Amino acid sequence: MSASGVARPRAGRGRALIAAERMNGFIDGLFRTQAALVYAFLYLPIVVVVVFAFNANRLATIWTGFTTDWFGIALNDAVVTKSLGNSAIIAFTNAILATTFGTMAALGLQRVGKRTRQGYDVLTYISIIVPEIVIALATLVFFASTFDVVNPVLAGLTGGGKGAFKLGFGQFTIIAAHVLFNTSLVLLLVRARLSGMDRTLVEASQDLFATPWRTFRQITFPQLLPAIVAGFLLSFTFSFDDYVITSFVTGPGSTTLPIYIFGQVKRGVSPETNAVATMVLAFTVGMLLIGQAVLAWQGRRSGSRNGSMANIVTER
Amino acid sequence: MATALTPTPARTGGGRAKSALLTGALLLPASIWYLFLLVLPMGFVVAFSFGEKARNGGYTPAFTLDNYGQVMKGADPFLESLKLATAGTFLTLLVALPLAYFLATRAGSRKGLFVLLLVIPFWTSFLIRTYSWLIVLGRGNLGGFIGGLLGDPNFRLLGTPGAILLGLVYGYLPLMIFPLYVTLERMDRSLIEASKDLGAGRWATFRQITLPIALPGLVTGSILVFIPMMGEYVIPQILGYGRTFLIGNALVLDFLEARNWPLGSAKAVVLIATMLITISVYVWFVNRGRQARGVGVLGARPP
Repeated sequence: MSASGVARPRAGRGRALIAAERMNGFIDGLFRTQAALVYAFLYLPIVVVVVFAFNANRLATIWTGFTTDWFGIALNDAVVTKSLGNSAIIAFTNAILATTFGTMAALGLQRVGKRTRQGYDVLTYISIIVPEIVIALATLVFFASTFDVVNPVLAGLTGGGKGAFKLGFGQFTIIAAHVLFNTSLVLLLVRARLSGMDRTLVEASQDLFATPWRTFRQITFPQLLPAIVAGFLLSFTFSFDDYVITSFVTGPGSTTLPIYIFGQVKRGVSPETNAVATMVLAFTVGMLLIGQAVLAWQGRRSGSRNGSMANIVTER
Repeated sequence: MATALTPTPARTGGGRAKSALLTGALLLPASIWYLFLLVLPMGFVVAFSFGEKARNGGYTPAFTLDNYGQVMKGADPFLESLKLATAGTFLTLLVALPLAYFLATRAGSRKGLFVLLLVIPFWTSFLIRTYSWLIVLGRGNLGGFIGGLLGDPNFRLLGTPGAILLGLVYGYLPLMIFPLYVTLERMDRSLIEASKDLGAGRWATFRQITLPIALPGLVTGSILVFIPMMGEYVIPQILGYGRTFLIGNALVLDFLEARNWPLGSAKAVVLIATMLITISVYVWFVNRGRQARGVGVLGARPP
């Protein structure tokens, strides 16, 4: 090929091979170093938050000594516990609804024509690609406009006055807004799983005169379970962690943990915030590992090798 | 109920009606959500963008293109966001590609563990991982250290576009690595050996074999990363102190503070249009490049 390759004397071959080997080792080292640096970069902030939660100094950014006091202070802080409770209720309700709706829709879309399916595809992708901030503001103005119209009517029906039923911003609007994005997410995960599913089992089940419900319960559902579990956990985490949408459609009294943390951080990081963050991190990582264990267990039971959380997330 | 439980109910007339009913029931909740939380709100935004601001804020029905005219005149936040998102996407790709290649081809038996280690940060709170950089980059730590090296006591990392860029790359890195890893992992390794046997160097092999194979993952990753970067609100607020005026800030300012819903709506519409156009151009560009390279690879093959 290249002129130098042809010109190289045959006797130099052995030396060239050794050089190539050495080069290979060098490049391998480069890759390893880069990988180590990237992992350090990814974990540095997580480690820092955890370490500084044990910092005795009130100014969270400078290390002075070790203490576990901040955890006690955080857990006795009524604002923290209230927002933690709100976040948990919202995330859990959202995850239940989104997982149910998303799975139902994925199953339903198998039974419709191409046109309808494509229509849903467009909506699903739009709900995922439109920037969060746009969805948040659009939902806000839509709700506000609707409430402006509906509330006087409701007031008229219920006789007005102080006890009148009124629609307003709060947990309900937050959950409603979160469910949109997460339904799309679950829908995509479950559909990916459905399309890779072994149809012959379903057909065999039907041939053996199983009812559609029984086929679903014993064949389809177990195969979908990894995607459903992953969808549930992802929905819970996304909702639990969401700041942008929540902050725009929230109402009085429904402060969530991210809203609390954001507000604190804008005034300067405190060790108490770090303690709250550390507990949140421990909780989410714990949930991820539990999910992983459930999927591994399920995978062993059903003999499928695709049962890891990492596989579900990286699967397309 | 009895007909639904008999085998192959779709064959009977009543069964077909029941089947259609079931399909409708399965799709109903998602449809309600798409209608009331996506189609109608976005429809409102599009409609508002042609309206006028009511006297005490909000929206009054009208038909005017003034809002769009105003958006075009004050395009700075768009350009600023576009610049940061493009730089962020490019940097993320630069960091992600070698790692994804390493994971797919050189990580050996510990590959599963390495991938799980990528999933964990992706899974943990975005907000917490972002604000942590306030500590890392703060004056007491890295910011002060670099300032000391430069001999500039007033040196700050936080509150600058650089800090935002770092936050963007950090926050969205896993989203770039995953699709790249998946495409590279499915790569047929014998192609690389064939390329080397035919005397191609490392660089030629990378450019003519690995890169074209990684391209679908590269495109997916870039889109996954570019979109949220473009509309990012949390990172510029926290690490940029809200000083760099991006499209997210502009939208919030219009909707909540100026209460000029029509102008804000027009900006939202332009933002989505900008994103769609950028993505289409990018996909077109990459496809064209791939075709050209495909011909190149075939042409270079010895007869």
